[in-house]
Amino acid sequence: MVTSEVVEQAVARGKADVRGLNFFYGEKQALKDVNLSVQDKKVTALIGPSGCGKSTLLRCFNRMHDLYPGNRYEGEIVLQPDNLNILSPKVDAIEVRMRLSMVFQKPNPFPKSIYENVAYGLRVRGINRRTILDEKVEEALRGAALWEEVKDRLGDLAFNLSGGQQQRLCIARALASDPELLLFDEPTSALDPIATASIEQLINELKARVTILIVTHNMQQAARVSDFTAYMYLGEMIEYGVTEDLFVKPRKKQTEDYITGRFG
Amino acid sequence: MANAFEGRLAHKFTRNIKERVIESILFLMAFSAVAITVAILAILVVESLGFFEHVSIFEFLTGTVWSPLFADAHYGILPLLAGTLTVAAVALAVAIPMGTIIAIYLSEFAPHKVRETVKPFLELLESVPTVVFGYFALLYFTPFLQIFMPGLPGFNMLAPGIVIGVFIIPYISSVAEDAMRAVPMAMREGSYAMGATRFQTAIRVVTPAAISGIVAAYVLAVSRAIGETMVVAIAAGLQPKFTFNPMEPAATITAYIVQVSLGDVEHGSVAYQSIFAAGLVLVVMTLALNVFGHVMRKRYREIY
Repeated sequence: MVTSEVVEQAVARGKADVRGLNFFYGEKQALKDVNLSVQDKKVTALIGPSGCGKSTLLRCFNRMHDLYPGNRYEGEIVLQPDNLNILSPKVDAIEVRMRLSMVFQKPNPFPKSIYENVAYGLRVRGINRRTILDEKVEEALRGAALWEEVKDRLGDLAFNLSGGQQQRLCIARALASDPELLLFDEPTSALDPIATASIEQLINELKARVTILIVTHNMQQAARVSDFTAYMYLGEMIEYGVTEDLFVKPRKKQTEDYITGRFG
Repeated sequence: MANAFEGRLAHKFTRNIKERVIESILFLMAFSAVAITVAILAILVVESLGFFEHVSIFEFLTGTVWSPLFADAHYGILPLLAGTLTVAAVALAVAIPMGTIIAIYLSEFAPHKVRETVKPFLELLESVPTVVFGYFALLYFTPFLQIFMPGLPGFNMLAPGIVIGVFIIPYISSVAEDAMRAVPMAMREGSYAMGATRFQTAIRVVTPAAISGIVAAYVLAVSRAIGETMVVAIAAGLQPKFTFNPMEPAATITAYIVQVSLGDVEHGSVAYQSIFAAGLVLVVMTLALNVFGHVMRKRYREIY
């Protein structure tokens, strides 16, 4: 493959670069020639109406589509610093998922204790030494602003937590394995406004440590938490830029119609 | 206007009658199943009461000799219970690991096509009459086992136990698979997203999530193994011996009931009544297990 020097310099600043990505659910094309540069230690938001492909794009990053037959990727997502093309058939999906973490739309804790939920990623990686687990679990729970609430009942079943707590538990689970990139798939859509506010605050704190890519259908949320925003429509990347610019002076009419609520 | 209105009312009246009749017929049909079950239980209890006028409950539950058909009659249920439990234990030692592994494979690993092909074959196992399995155990499987275990008697509990274990595999695999498939995909995705393999996801996330359903499957299988009649009646020897050694012949509760019902035991005699007492023990055991199994089954649905 021929890469120009210009592209290579751009890549150096990014954490992950999506280049010419097409994605197909069987025959149906869900992403059309998507290009996006996710900046290191920044929050990038993906917005757009339902069915625009924002979740589909997010799920390409950790190859979630591999779980279902008939899905097909074209193009590449290059992860830095080692120039790894996530979508290459030669790259093992599990190796990719070891480096990225994901927080889902609805809290999906495992039928285990609070402690074991957070330790899960480490156990999967073969880390079973109690001292290491104890330390990592506490660190992750603190990172997810949940430690104070659960430190006395780490052995309780995770289902006993409230919805907002469960989602923060899922964030702790995602943090425990020290991901390079954290993927959020509408993480607050199943939560009440107070729980939502705490998750948003958490995202603001986390971006100092980790690169974040967040899908949201809530434009105010994108404006509040993100540094960069991408607007997608019908599987295409319509506009991408610094969040403030995109919301204050969008370059495209389509974007303006969407963010002003005239459409979507 | 008035006439038309009356006509409508009349129509409504016949419609209501029709609905009522249909409803009552449906109710009677549904009720008959319950009534029959209650009637069976009542007969078991009444006939058992007659039996316990002759034999004390204490002797019945603690005696280690069961010889109702001999001149020196003893009515200790323990030999039959031992035979029943031993055969069931052998069966479960086969069915639980196999059934669980098959369920995990079908639910978590098998491609759609494989699953749809394998399941009918598994259900075929269930549909073979058990008398066929009984003769299979006696005439083919015992001689086969004797190649490796020359001391094995022609009648034993091992061969029927294993054969029962094989044909109750589908009971476990299908209920356990249903329980695993009911685990939301979101939970699996959470595991995969953490970098887990298929196997890790199946063992560490899906199985614990479905555990009450899986336990329910086991309980139903235990109750099926305990209630199984023909295979043991044919292949285990019909000799009530107080032993837990599967290499020996024995009789189970069900096999004894078959034996007495087929023989020329006098109607109304103590030996005749003993089958009702034995039957009652069996019903109480399987009923308790079934209720427990269904409670477990219900519980796993409540998690999500």
